Amino acid sequence: MDQQYAAQASLGMEKRRIRSQFVKDILRDRWMYFLLLPGVLYFVIFKYLPMAGLVMAFQDYKPHLGLLESPWVGLKHFERFFSEPQFWMLFRNTLLLAVYNLVFFFPLPIVLALMLNEVRKEMFKRFVQTIVYLPHFVSWVVAVGIFYVLFTTEGGVVNEFIARLGMEKIPFLLSEEWFRTMIVSQSIWKEAGWGTIIFLAALSGVDLQLYEAARMDGAGRWRQLWHITLPAIRSTIVILFILRLGSFLDTGFEHIFLMLNSMNREVGEVFDTYVYLKGLTQAQYSYSAAVGMFKSLVGLLLVVGANRLAKKMGEEGVY
Amino acid sequence: MPLADKSIGSRIFNVINYSLLILISIITIVPFMYIVAVSFATPEEVAKGGLMLFPTKFTLGAYQYIFSTETMIRSVMVSIGVTVVGTLINLVLTSFMAYPLARPNLRGRSAVLFMVLFTMLFSGGMIPTYFVVKAFGMINSYWSLIIPTAISAFNLIVLKNFFQQIPEGLEESAKIDGCHDLGILFRIVLPLSMPAMATFGLFYAVSHWNTYFNAVMYINDSEKWPVQIVLRQIVLLSQDMIGDSTAQAEPMEYLPQTIRMASIVVATIPIVIVYPFLQKYFAKGVMLGSVKG
Repeated sequence: MDQQYAAQASLGMEKRRIRSQFVKDILRDRWMYFLLLPGVLYFVIFKYLPMAGLVMAFQDYKPHLGLLESPWVGLKHFERFFSEPQFWMLFRNTLLLAVYNLVFFFPLPIVLALMLNEVRKEMFKRFVQTIVYLPHFVSWVVAVGIFYVLFTTEGGVVNEFIARLGMEKIPFLLSEEWFRTMIVSQSIWKEAGWGTIIFLAALSGVDLQLYEAARMDGAGRWRQLWHITLPAIRSTIVILFILRLGSFLDTGFEHIFLMLNSMNREVGEVFDTYVYLKGLTQAQYSYSAAVGMFKSLVGLLLVVGANRLAKKMGEEGVY
Repeated sequence: MPLADKSIGSRIFNVINYSLLILISIITIVPFMYIVAVSFATPEEVAKGGLMLFPTKFTLGAYQYIFSTETMIRSVMVSIGVTVVGTLINLVLTSFMAYPLARPNLRGRSAVLFMVLFTMLFSGGMIPTYFVVKAFGMINSYWSLIIPTAISAFNLIVLKNFFQQIPEGLEESAKIDGCHDLGILFRIVLPLSMPAMATFGLFYAVSHWNTYFNAVMYINDSEKWPVQIVLRQIVLLSQDMIGDSTAQAEPMEYLPQTIRMASIVVATIPIVIVYPFLQKYFAKGVMLGSVKG
């Protein structure tokens, strides 16, 4: 009996000690929390409040009523979205662009990094890097603008050239069949160079002795590339692949938004641009919030799924 | 890098590799050169067509026209202002938040870190964010281009990792000398992190200068438009929106090609100016401190 009592008392003391240690730590770091506060407030207000605001997807949100007063409608907007013919159009457009990007864009930075890695003249390497990184830093408005003036049927260099060859001008910017090609080539022009930086960083860590040993064993450059260089960036490739899958549905909103026009909407409209169209230009707030929420949720599932898959395959994963 | 040998195969490999890289560089840079060339060319020369990389007759006409209009000057001013103020706020908030998070024994640290990381995986999306910005009365205010993007989660994590690499001994000895946490941040951590701060500053500045869609959403008043929106009006919508009554030059003489190109150049010049500084740092791998976050 006594023993039990004593044990309880010491447990209580232990708890109190932990608590006072906790208070002590907090007080010791009070300036730290002071510094942390603005940042935490930023994330709460501009990241977590909008997440909470997603409840409007289950309401008929009216701005003058606010989130608290607007009527609840359950899954009405989601049902409408899934039964709408546009759903399949958006689904197809988003999926196709994502697949095209994965197939045509994703391997290019890897190939380009491997090519740069084979260059032994430092000056030349740095020269090429300087040039291919540059487009990453210009805005999408500028990038699309440059393509626009080059490819327009009204005096664009490319179409002038086509006309001079005696062929008919091609409406690259105003046609459905060229839309995806244009989008993917613009992404390649703007981002493929910059994409190499992460692989080059991984490659700079490769032990040169490995190559030396391989050459002693009679391995040529292709064998060295295959057996030393590629394995060195394998985990980087996997990580980037996961990130790519995770943002599978982010087809580059600003980019597509700038390329959309009435002639290519049928193949160009994706989830994000649809949210903008319905939400901010047509004021269907709850409906578009529901569409956005669907997209975010699928995105989250994709990251978690891809990460799990990577771990199962024995790679490290992203988190 | 793999070692070369003197075999024929290796030489052929080199020739092909170098040629391809040169070709890639040309494809990347020629559009820029063309744009710059046309912006300085006379309308007659542009009318001849062809891929012109150097104008034979050099004129500033297109630029004179652009800068004789209020619209372009005003939008460049707006963008400069948003970039300067926005970048300062970015740097202050990001470094203030990164410093405590770099302390391994801070209570609640992992909770805050999780809170930050989760925003990289899931977001409320465009519409709810719009209403939050609206609720704070920032619609049609320049603050809407600054505050909602005050901290980039990715930059925050990378900077936190950078701070963690600073030897603890430095901070300890400062503490023994009676320096408290704020003092350590301002006297030791930040001065030691100047290269990192410069890099993040440049990256933040570039993203502010390039900001486009936030302005489409939040700024309805065309007098407050940043340069990217004005550029889009001129280039993509072929709107002669700078041909307002304030223009002094004769508009028809230069529209549309040279004006368009000159506008693109104006919206790109600041990037080209900071580019060498950017390049100096990203080679050093500051941005790569954390691939994984």
